[in-house]
Amino acid sequence: MKQIKEYELIIIGGGPAGLGAALSAHQNGLKDILIVERDIFLGGILNQCIHNGFGLHYFGEELTGPEYSQRFIDQLEDTSIEVKLDTMAMNLENTEDYRFVHIMNMEEGYQILKAKAVILAMGCRERTRMQIQIPGTRASGIILAGQAQQYVNLEGLMIGKKVIVLGSGDVGLIMARRLTLEGAEVVACVEVMPHLGGLNRNYVQCLKDFDIPLYLSHTITNIRGQRRVEGVTVQEVDSNGKPIPGTEKDYDVDTVLLSVGLIPENELSSEAGVELDPRTSGPIVYENDETSSPGIFACGNVLHVHDLVDHVTEEAEAAGYAAACYVKDGGCVTENATRIELKPDSNITYTVPQHIRLEDIEKNVRIYFRVRQNYHDPVQVLVRDGNNNQIAKFKRPYMFPGEMENIRLPRQLLDRVVGNELTISVEE
Amino acid sequence: MKQEVICVICPRGCRLTVDPENDYKVTGNFCAKGVPYGKAELINPTRVVTSTVKIDGEKITRCPVKTDQAIPKKEIKNIMQEINQVNLNAPVKAGDIVIQNILNTDANLVVTRDID
Repeated sequence: MKQIKEYELIIIGGGPAGLGAALSAHQNGLKDILIVERDIFLGGILNQCIHNGFGLHYFGEELTGPEYSQRFIDQLEDTSIEVKLDTMAMNLENTEDYRFVHIMNMEEGYQILKAKAVILAMGCRERTRMQIQIPGTRASGIILAGQAQQYVNLEGLMIGKKVIVLGSGDVGLIMARRLTLEGAEVVACVEVMPHLGGLNRNYVQCLKDFDIPLYLSHTITNIRGQRRVEGVTVQEVDSNGKPIPGTEKDYDVDTVLLSVGLIPENELSSEAGVELDPRTSGPIVYENDETSSPGIFACGNVLHVHDLVDHVTEEAEAAGYAAACYVKDGGCVTENATRIELKPDSNITYTVPQHIRLEDIEKNVRIYFRVRQNYHDPVQVLVRDGNNNQIAKFKRPYMFPGEMENIRLPRQLLDRVVGNELTISVEE
Repeated sequence: MKQEVICVICPRGCRLTVDPENDYKVTGNFCAKGVPYGKAELINPTRVVTSTVKIDGEKITRCPVKTDQAIPKKEIKNIMQEINQVNLNAPVKAGDIVIQNILNTDANLVVTRDID
């Protein structure tokens, strides 16, 4: 094992979150920064997202995934930021003064690196058939949408001829179009929920443009085929998600594409003792994206699954800034700061951050959250303190679970909070 | 005959009704942006096409490409056929033109990623 090398900051993951965090930390004065990336390229999942629609918020123009990441990769060239590609982060240890990152690659073998701060930017992975328990055989041809995207877009391999898509998340919709363009027949997209999982624009441009039918409140209840998939049974479900007998319909397909959600990838975080939030499956963080383990920060899809990369970049820049403060001044953290818990009401799924340290909020704090149901008409987002006093109110013309929302709470308003909690709710 | 169109300008996704017999009058729009969108969707809907082409890269053999502006929706299939004929030689830079004025649409097919 080699001698321990020391960095100011190690960033685990070289996708949009890692890149944004690295550049921000560098701009805020750090010099010894390392990005550890397990793929042979920087850019993460954006490399396979060849479709357009990225960057509208951040750059004010519509870019493809590779173009979006290229803009950040180009900026790295003029910096001292070091990158290790084809390198796996094996383990993360946290001590009071230092973080130790165990890494492995073909050229340097196993190494332990030391860092004052670490930013977790490992992204997320796809939920699989295991997590949704579809009955049927285990034939070849059952494939995750993101995995199919990698085969088709990066490796030039086709995955099937006649395809059914389960789940109407964005990746599934985009792959329905992609496979159609490459010559496959996509017979249907089936969604168990009564509403679309992805963005409306993807429904229009990916399904409707190619006359691919969408069946809401339907699911696949059987997969047939021994060696290769030969067909599936689709059934309508009731309001509890239970298949309704008598609604069975058979489709002859050779491929089942699953687009059934994403889970933040937090094995490393757990090993380091970072506390996770069961609602997001990501770390519990403070206002500056710092986790429960001092010196370890998190941003991007490892923290909570985003729908827009622009928001990932924004969050990553905040994490990079916070990590730079931590390295330079041992944190911007006030000792014995007033800790306020953020509590999502029943109509909100989660908030990020989960808690804030009042004295450490400079001007305002941005809170990301998702609602549980569709609101087609104008709504109000209400923020109340422990004494049920209304602290702030925000108006939104509409809200959907598929779209992450955010509000900014000014420090001035937070100073009025009585008690140690804030409840966030949505009212029609 | 009136037609229903879902607006994709923003995520709200208004359900527009467009009446071609009444100067393409748009109703059901929440904001002004829905009017030109609804009209265009009936007269000449356009889309940006993204795909990949073959390349002899050192580490990768598929290069992502896009049309640098939206092209008429009815040309998507024909453009895909053109795209499938392309064989690129590395290195390429994002922005390099692969096919100029593809199928006379005024759009160029361009590379979207640096590949060595």
